[in-house]
Amino acid sequence: MMDVKRREFLRLAGLGATLGIGGKTLYEVVKGDEVLASTAHETHEGTRWAMVIDTRKCVVHDCEDCIAACHKTHNVPTFEDPKRVIKWIWREEFKGAFPDQNHMFMGDEVTDKTVPILCNHCDNPPCVKVCPTGATFKRKDGIVTMDMHRCIGCRYCVVGCPYGARSFNWSDPREAIKDIDPAFPTRCKGVVEKCNFCADRLSLDKDPACMEACPYKAITFGNLGDKESPVRAALKGKYTIRRKQGLGTGPSVFYIV
Amino acid sequence: MHDAMKVIIGLVIFLGLVTAPFWFNTVGGTSARQPELVVGTDVKECIEPTGWMRAYHMDLLNQWRDEVVREGKKDFVSSTGKTWEHMKLTGTCLDCHTQKDKFCDRCHDYSGVKPYCWDCHIVPGKEGK
Repeated sequence: MMDVKRREFLRLAGLGATLGIGGKTLYEVVKGDEVLASTAHETHEGTRWAMVIDTRKCVVHDCEDCIAACHKTHNVPTFEDPKRVIKWIWREEFKGAFPDQNHMFMGDEVTDKTVPILCNHCDNPPCVKVCPTGATFKRKDGIVTMDMHRCIGCRYCVVGCPYGARSFNWSDPREAIKDIDPAFPTRCKGVVEKCNFCADRLSLDKDPACMEACPYKAITFGNLGDKESPVRAALKGKYTIRRKQGLGTGPSVFYIV
Repeated sequence: MHDAMKVIIGLVIFLGLVTAPFWFNTVGGTSARQPELVVGTDVKECIEPTGWMRAYHMDLLNQWRDEVVREGKKDFVSSTGKTWEHMKLTGTCLDCHTQKDKFCDRCHDYSGVKPYCWDCHIVPGKEGK
């Protein structure tokens, strides 16, 4: 039996009280607004840019037109070393892109499929929550973007993102860009980068580069808050899935399988 | 105090040596070299008065940076009420000041300032570095 002396008891009680005053109860943590693995609270009014990718149309596995167009437009470097790869949009096997939708007897048309994946521009983005400098932030139109001037390269966001959508520049990216497009800046060594949903092109009333480049018209882009928008039309009447929906991040990229 | 004279003479020589560079330039008629800037344009007026720009262009650029990146703004209205489309370092500034190496760099080198704008932003016409 443990013998607690009076002094010891008082000391522990005091410590416990101190912790209790500053801390939160389990009830507050669970019931409060901080845990929301739910779609009920997602933004669907005002402007929220979103993308619908029809994987039925995107079946030519070696077609990388969207990737090439995106990476060319945004001066994304091409590193051969897999540890240094920078990617804004890339292809992934179905089971990798949708691990929670996969089972051992999936049809061939699904298991053989690679799907284009990119930053999901989440409604509730974990990368924004973990960024200590506010470099990653969510715009009013739903785009999760980066202020490269503020990125200190801590890579919290790389860990926070459940979709692997973020890449870190381990070395000067300019060395790995063939033709630099002067219309868009490059990045420098020591910052994280990711897809910006073509915010730069949207400000010039242009469509996203990947969508424009797709020869099969598999990508639709528009405002979720607008009932008449092409994305709402694409979502209507079709069964669509999102990546790791159960995490409650509220992705803005939808897939028709 | 037997050596007051020696101490005073020593002090005078010391002060003379320490201030030598100033005397040298005063007698020689030379003064500090100023950087020679090539403005690079025939336009008479910058977006704000020249004196203000010289002193505060860095603050203005920071303001533009935040407004464009974080607030999604595009146009700049100057203190004279004139509107400039697209707040862009490479577009607006370097459109006029075409020779960065003879304008930005000369003054920055002179004053020992090392802005890191060009680690990411691309000097027009120098895409291949």
